[in-house]
Amino acid sequence: MSMKRRTFLQGTMAGSVVAIATSAGLLSPRAVLAAWSEKAFEAENTPGAISALFGSDATNDGDVQIKAPDIAENGAVVPITITSGIKNIEAIAIFVDKNPRPLAANFVLGGATDGYVSTRVKMGKTSKLIAIVKAGGKLHSGSKEVKVTIGGCGG
Amino acid sequence: MGLTRREFLQMMAVASAAGVNLSTSSAQAADNLYSIPKFGNVSLLHFTDCHAQLLPIYFREPNINLGVGDMKGNVPHIVGNAFLKKYNIKPGSKEAHAFSFLDFENAARRFGKVGGFAHLRTLVKQIRAQRAGSLLLDGGDTWQGSATSLWTNAQDMVDACKLLGVDVMTGHWEFTFGAERVQEVIEKDFQDSISFVAQNVIDAEWGEGVFDPYVIKEVNGVPVAIIGQAFPYTPIANPRYMVEKWSFGIRDDRMQEMVNKARDEGAKAVIVLSHNGMDVDLKMASRVRGIDAIMGGHTHDAVPAPVEVSNAGGKTLVINSGSNGKFLSVLDLDVKGGKVAGYKFNQLPVFSNLLPADQEMQDYIDSVRKPYLARLNEKLAVAEDTLYRRGNFNGTFDQLICDAMLEVKDAEIAFSPGFRWGVSVLPGDDITFEHVMTQTAITYATSTLNELDGEFIKTVLEDVADNLFNADPYYQQGGDMVRVGGLKYDIDPMESIGKRITNMTLNGKAINPKKKYKVAGWASVQQIPEGKPIWDVVAEYLRSKKTIKIKELNVPNIKGMKSNPGYETL
Repeated sequence: MSMKRRTFLQGTMAGSVVAIATSAGLLSPRAVLAAWSEKAFEAENTPGAISALFGSDATNDGDVQIKAPDIAENGAVVPITITSGIKNIEAIAIFVDKNPRPLAANFVLGGATDGYVSTRVKMGKTSKLIAIVKAGGKLHSGSKEVKVTIGGCGG
Repeated sequence: MGLTRREFLQMMAVASAAGVNLSTSSAQAADNLYSIPKFGNVSLLHFTDCHAQLLPIYFREPNINLGVGDMKGNVPHIVGNAFLKKYNIKPGSKEAHAFSFLDFENAARRFGKVGGFAHLRTLVKQIRAQRAGSLLLDGGDTWQGSATSLWTNAQDMVDACKLLGVDVMTGHWEFTFGAERVQEVIEKDFQDSISFVAQNVIDAEWGEGVFDPYVIKEVNGVPVAIIGQAFPYTPIANPRYMVEKWSFGIRDDRMQEMVNKARDEGAKAVIVLSHNGMDVDLKMASRVRGIDAIMGGHTHDAVPAPVEVSNAGGKTLVINSGSNGKFLSVLDLDVKGGKVAGYKFNQLPVFSNLLPADQEMQDYIDSVRKPYLARLNEKLAVAEDTLYRRGNFNGTFDQLICDAMLEVKDAEIAFSPGFRWGVSVLPGDDITFEHVMTQTAITYATSTLNELDGEFIKTVLEDVADNLFNADPYYQQGGDMVRVGGLKYDIDPMESIGKRITNMTLNGKAINPKKKYKVAGWASVQQIPEGKPIWDVVAEYLRSKKTIKIKELNVPNIKGMKSNPGYETL
């Protein structure tokens, strides 16, 4: 397992991703003040959070794919992967629409980086996950519904 | 139900291609039923969801199995007379008894019990005798559902499946024996006999596959890939703590990768052995390319002909093979020129009276049961009504369990999970402890009593209803609606979550969202302190009564479903 772990970590580093991984709890947001947008992370609805983060909430549907479970196995740690073929991506942000504070993470990417980020988000209840890709000054969005259920009663 | 002429002709074409016997007669001999001419060069035998029923049993099919959205009126959401009409099965025939609830009591007496591993083995041997190299596939839910499987930690079923000659299996309830037990069986017992496959179970931390995703077997010189698909929602529908290091899910992107990989490795036929549930199988077949057939289970649907699903890569057959050892599916493929060129399909009901017990298997079953016989055979009460479970809402056996909880636990409301397994008991027959165990034998059976407010009770009903009636099958879990005692409600399955349940009442009074109610239940998926198991609650209740008459079957007022072919009133 230790070898695999190393390979995994190397792979992560190789992506030159500067991630504000608040949702994963890996870094305290305060530790990366340069990119920290307190207003955005504290906004209580998604349009407000998008505006606070990007200066506008005008988005259009774009080449933004979200991979996440249809039904969460554990709402406290929902794995989510965003991929996009858009060129010159500046940032990828993830919003959990029904969370009290929807902005879960904002990844600031170098211009030459592939559009790929993966993390885990916390979800209080069934919600749309929204991913916003910022590139060339424009905002592109994608979304996916993830169900959070009390469980039981199957089969 | 108004088939168009085109639908009817298509259906007939499918039925004849599939070898459905269109001229059924009640006097047909076992020879006719079970002598199927060999076809092609690759044969796959499939059973699923036997729920550890080693002995022949009765099992009543549902009269309510509603389909909503695109599923409305489509297989498998067709019951009773509509089902017989769709598949041109003669009313009153033994096939009609096998595939429908119609005239259940009389037909059950007339045609006898179904299933049983000794009878199934006779049939498997007979079918395989003409099909060299055929594979026997077990779709899972094999280790759970009986007293002896629970008490032997699934060992009785593990050894029975080896004796039956299972080649490949996948799982669901198997996981409720815990991750370690599953791995122990695979490493020790299955080492040289049974391949356990599941492409959609992933190490939660590292993202690596936990099991072999598929196995490639040579059948008469043809490489055949069997890809496993375990129940995608195991950690949600069952306790997550039992498999806490594993992540499940549908993962049809990984399924596509595995299909491509198996093809690259030379597989000329690709079969998915699935525990998705049939609606999920149908959707998956429309999205993933290159699968020849999905042989599935979980939702306990017996369907006598494959559904042909078109996708970007061609066509995929979707087959589901019922439950409780009642059916054996036989898929014969003609593989030539590197691909499947034709097929024939038969779904055979396993009538115990028409198939002599295989002696070796019978001896094995007798030896497994011997230490437990006194406890199993305890007569608790006599049934005055047919007791059954299967259906979207309360069956009579669930009603009995709910009534028992209300009385023994002194509760106002009782919840019992919408499981689809559990055998039927005929009127006049004894209800034994073994019968109760077929309805309750799980590894987390503690009965509970909680104070829940009206608002939370509604949330529970809405959540479970959405797991059953979500218009997108990928958001369904495949169980039936939670069974309810005391509480009455209306349900509109076509509505969205939060809006399906209305008019909740208790003893004629509206449920107050803020008021606390005493609610009994069992099978909590949370880790709770061990307490009195549900079977002891039910047994105590039954011993205190001499006979069981179900006074009222607490089925909700169902809105907007009167013309749905998945609904037939009794």
